[in-house]
Amino acid sequence: MALTDKELKEIAYLARINVNQNIFPSLKKELQDILALFDELNNADTSDIEAMSHPLDLSQPTREDQVTEVNEREKLQKNAPLVKSGLFLVPKVIDGED
Amino acid sequence: MDLHKFSISQLLDGLKNKQFSSTELTKHYLKRISKHDDDLNSYISVTEDLALKQADAADKRYHDDKALPLDGIPLAHKDIFCTKGVLTTCGSKMLANFEAPYSSTVYERLNSKGMVMLGKTNMDEFAMGSSNETSYFGPVKNPWNLRNVPGGSSGGSAACVSAELAPVATATDTGGSIRQPASLCGLTGIKPTYGRVSRFGMIAFASSLDQGGVLSRSAEDAALVLEAMSGHDPKDSTSLNYEAPDLISDINKPIKGMKIGLPKEFFEKEMPEYSQKSIQQAIEVYKNLGAEFVEISLRNINLSLPIYYIIAPAECSANLSRYDGVRYGYRCNDPKDIDDLFMRTREEGFGAEVKRRILIGTYVLSAGYYDAYYLKAQKCRRLVANDFLEAFEKVDVILSPTTPGTSFKAGEKTNNPLEMYLQDIFTIPANLVGLPGLSIPCGEHEGLPLGMQLIGNSLEEAKLLQFAHSYQLNTDWHKNMPNL
Repeated sequence: MALTDKELKEIAYLARINVNQNIFPSLKKELQDILALFDELNNADTSDIEAMSHPLDLSQPTREDQVTEVNEREKLQKNAPLVKSGLFLVPKVIDGED
Repeated sequence: MDLHKFSISQLLDGLKNKQFSSTELTKHYLKRISKHDDDLNSYISVTEDLALKQADAADKRYHDDKALPLDGIPLAHKDIFCTKGVLTTCGSKMLANFEAPYSSTVYERLNSKGMVMLGKTNMDEFAMGSSNETSYFGPVKNPWNLRNVPGGSSGGSAACVSAELAPVATATDTGGSIRQPASLCGLTGIKPTYGRVSRFGMIAFASSLDQGGVLSRSAEDAALVLEAMSGHDPKDSTSLNYEAPDLISDINKPIKGMKIGLPKEFFEKEMPEYSQKSIQQAIEVYKNLGAEFVEISLRNINLSLPIYYIIAPAECSANLSRYDGVRYGYRCNDPKDIDDLFMRTREEGFGAEVKRRILIGTYVLSAGYYDAYYLKAQKCRRLVANDFLEAFEKVDVILSPTTPGTSFKAGEKTNNPLEMYLQDIFTIPANLVGLPGLSIPCGEHEGLPLGMQLIGNSLEEAKLLQFAHSYQLNTDWHKNMPNL
């Protein structure tokens, strides 16, 4: 299946990765080569086969909903690129007056 | 004393008998690192002060007769395992300044057994690569030949153990990242059953495939360290609810009468003559030890590579969505709006291979393609699993090459992702079905080592190590180390 320019732009936006125009054609070719690898699966008969999402077919355990962690905001925010008054700073996301 | 030539049990004896202290041993390794690692680039961080502090604590415990099981033995951790207060980069610009606020269970367990951390090892970015050339911190060199790659993604762990800059190292394996570098660097490398080793604090790549393990110079060393780091962990919901397996008690038991499967599909692949010869010689060694050989068929094994390159990128695209330039990690300069912040942070913070895989993963999970790719791959995964189930009704372990050949020249495959992916053609199936696998050295070609792979049934790490150990008792390949 060929990957179109439009599709590549869409998935790049979905993945929130900017793709520089300089590398767009070579990236498209690389991704197409990888996608071509998947054609082989079309030959496999999987009509009565259940999907396998866990390598050992185990399900997730549950536990009582208890608080196990203490609040460590300051410690955890030490790794944040931009913080003010305990808040993560990002560019404005709501339109309107400042 | 050539302390770097000692096995772990020899080191433990020496420490117990006060022949040398953990501080002396640790300094010996730190000195070797400072002398040789500029050439190899196997470490991202060397934690000298912490190592000497831990060694001193171990020495005090020996003095007080309160020694822990692996007390005072130095090791290196792959830089994918979070270590509190120490840089944990995962080989990426994205995490180049990340100081983990907590430690991984693997680190905690080995620390609680007395092991001394020498540093954090280099790796392919986010564990994606087979040559250690995708690291933001520069490529790692193969100690056997500096122009060659050490394999990946645990290339730093492999290079440092092979160059005797650490007695042993932790590593992780999503599609072969322990076994392939083990083969290319002449080491023993084991990936246990999925869920044996906790993934808590191990930076995620593909969560249903990732598994921690060990790179060492012998099966016996691997057994000691793997046993110490295994076992149920309530902090990892995919951790298997079993106690750590006993990997030592049966390691010396003979393998006479046990059955080894040879998957015909693996042996039909084109292989260099030297590979065939090495594997044939290994088969002879096992025959002389009384093992029986059975031809088996893994009919759907050729689907493994496409299945892997759908599932791994799909899970990677989900796991790596957390890197947004907001909470931790790299952030681009002067973002003009929120989308610009995300999109340039991720463009600039991730390397080319990581971005390729995120994009592939996003594609196969996107509306309209989910059934055709992701769901289809999960169904085919069961076909592969069924083949293994059937095979293990007849045999104890499965033997194959680990890699298509010996180590290759740096730069040789960097422009061709598909050719790089073929490096893992023999190792990927065990990850897809969660089975334990190991690689041990079984030959050499033009001065470069080569490994063979043994795959075991679920939870049968002890049997795998028994097979590896009996081979190593009767051969010397694992004793060959490169001249630095």
